[in-house]
Amino acid sequence: MEIPYTVEPRPDTGLANGKLGIWLFLASEVMLFGALFSTYILLRVGAVEWPHGELSVKLGAINTVILICSSVTMVVAWAKLKLNDFAKGRLYVLITVVLAAVFLVNKYFEYAEHLSKGEGPWHSTFFAIYFTLTGLHGLHIVGGIVVMLYLAGPGAGLWKRSPEQYANRVEYTGLYWHFVDLVWIFLFPVLYLL
Amino acid sequence: MHSDPEAVKKSIRSYGIVGGLLLLFTAITVAANQVHLAVPVAITVALIIAATKGSMVAAIFMHLNHEQKWIYGALLLTVLFFVVLLFLPLATVSDTIGTPTHAAATAAEH
Repeated sequence: MEIPYTVEPRPDTGLANGKLGIWLFLASEVMLFGALFSTYILLRVGAVEWPHGELSVKLGAINTVILICSSVTMVVAWAKLKLNDFAKGRLYVLITVVLAAVFLVNKYFEYAEHLSKGEGPWHSTFFAIYFTLTGLHGLHIVGGIVVMLYLAGPGAGLWKRSPEQYANRVEYTGLYWHFVDLVWIFLFPVLYLL
Repeated sequence: MHSDPEAVKKSIRSYGIVGGLLLLFTAITVAANQVHLAVPVAITVALIIAATKGSMVAAIFMHLNHEQKWIYGALLLTVLFFVVLLFLPLATVSDTIGTPTHAAATAAEH
């Protein structure tokens, strides 16, 4: 049985089903991270004093640069597929995966340094919210890597059967990836700078 | 969404420009942090830059500058619920259930 509206838009919404689906998923993600940002504001406003300069601005800034570059490579991957250039499209997806992996390696070093000094989530309210927010964000990075590896590996066979549907899948993954970048764009100043 | 190859080629160039601007704004955020501004000013500057960067990602990379109305509708509902969520904790501060009435009256006088 063929699944309808994977490529052609539905007459009522004007969108392929996957597109509306990923946006509704992202809406739920906004609420998830929104709840945690709300918690952060409440904890910070209620705190007598709030630590400053506990995190490495250098590592945080490097990770911001990495995620911005990965957003560019992801959207270029989709554009290359739209231009019927599968090889370059897949290459850009793989570059995005590498950048995402570098982000996680940086995060590992950052976590390891804090944990070696006993600055785990139990140390203070600041570190509790820091590990919760960045840990959840890191899990999203891992999820993105898994999906992108599938698209560049076993899922790439779809390109031969239905190039449009494959390009759509890369686009939806890209939307998710840009959202992950968007969350970090707010996490970086809130946790590292303010 | 673009389907015309020429339009897609043009958009690749714009993705590069937006990526460069995002990196520039990141550098400005870090530089502003070195200046040691007063806390309210620093928070305002950092959040304005972050909101600008976020808008660029959403508009250009996520193609929200030309989307269907169903997506805008879903996002509008999300924003509404997000604002409610943001202010929900205030209810715990203004909650007087369990407070003796004379204590509440005294607190109101002061």
